[in-house]
Amino acid sequence: MSSSVLTDLLQKHEAAILQDWVAAQRQAGIRADLIDEQTVQANSRDLLRVFITAASQGTADLDAEYWKPVKALLQRLSQTQSRQGFSPSETATFVFSLKEVLFSYAQRHTDQPLVCIGEISRLIDKLGLYSFESFVSTRETVIREQQESMLELSTPVVELWQGILAIPLIGSLDSNRTQIVMEALLQKIVETESDIAIIDITGVPTVDTMVAQHLLKTVTAAKLMGAKCIISGIRPQIAATIVHLGVELGDVVTKSSLADAFRLALREQDVRLVANKPR
Amino acid sequence: MVDRIPILKMGRYLLLSIQVDMHDQLALDLQEDLTQQIVKHRAKGVLIDISSLEIVDSFIGRMLAHIANVSQILDAKVIVVGMQPAVAITLVELGLSLEGIATALNVEKGMRWLERNVDEDLSLECERGDDPDLSAEAGD
Repeated sequence: MSSSVLTDLLQKHEAAILQDWVAAQRQAGIRADLIDEQTVQANSRDLLRVFITAASQGTADLDAEYWKPVKALLQRLSQTQSRQGFSPSETATFVFSLKEVLFSYAQRHTDQPLVCIGEISRLIDKLGLYSFESFVSTRETVIREQQESMLELSTPVVELWQGILAIPLIGSLDSNRTQIVMEALLQKIVETESDIAIIDITGVPTVDTMVAQHLLKTVTAAKLMGAKCIISGIRPQIAATIVHLGVELGDVVTKSSLADAFRLALREQDVRLVANKPR
Repeated sequence: MVDRIPILKMGRYLLLSIQVDMHDQLALDLQEDLTQQIVKHRAKGVLIDISSLEIVDSFIGRMLAHIANVSQILDAKVIVVGMQPAVAITLVELGLSLEGIATALNVEKGMRWLERNVDEDLSLECERGDDPDLSAEAGD
């Protein structure tokens, strides 16, 4: 019975409710830099229309088939707003501002305002939560995408000379990242048929046993494939740590700077650089 | 299913290219064949191309090491060429670093390595007055 009261109310005053709702949103503050008023108006109109259609079929079960259009629309709007950089409360305000408007209409135009208000409150709260969920899940997707692109960005393998590769490692190394570094390096060795790879760890702040272990694995794997690895850029503290931890670097060649490593690599490739005579 | 891996003779060297997934019996047969061929042709070097090998397990890894060691005892230098990154990573994870086996990135580089190393040995023999008699070997 209350459902039909609500439906009647909504259908009778659709245009007025829409107007008040947009006004309420304007009052709460529309991000003029991110969205224009026409879009707000259009979004509100679309949502109100599907909302009324769904509410006329029943308000008890939001999982029902006829609520799907409302949810889909909310999801789409929240996703867009999430990507555009709206704040969470700005996104939530969109749905929640409808509540106040509906309350005032229920109070003025129905015989049992309390029942109606209760129902409205329940409905809008659920829809608000739903839009919030979509917002957060979109944010999480964005974060995941960024993490992945960071991993890809952070492992460039550069060719210094024909047959000489270098991989400058920057930032802390964990197992996941070292694995990617290792695969990228080995793949590049195959592609370029390079004999020597220089792993430069100048930008690595700390080296613990795990990292050292991974580095050694990379060196051994490269050796198995027929390439030689030189580790360069070991800072004094890191050298001290490695010795302190008792990590055996074995016969891995280490050089203090990338320049030294490059010079060694050139010598191994039988390349000689000659300075021009001063004119 | 292939039951034998072909071993090709090229001058003083033996070439073998593993182009199928190795199973245990295949590896054992290969080891047996190879030792016989080394003795028969008096091979000075063995080049094992594993660029098509995509899957290894600990047994195959140990088998490679074993083949290399046996060949070395028979005075043939062994070089493994063209190991795939995934295979290299697997072997390292398995703790098999194939100590004492030479490796190269491709057949070309492997062949150059063999020639350099085997030639060194032969030139020593020449200095001692031994004749390596390549023509006789080639017609073997």
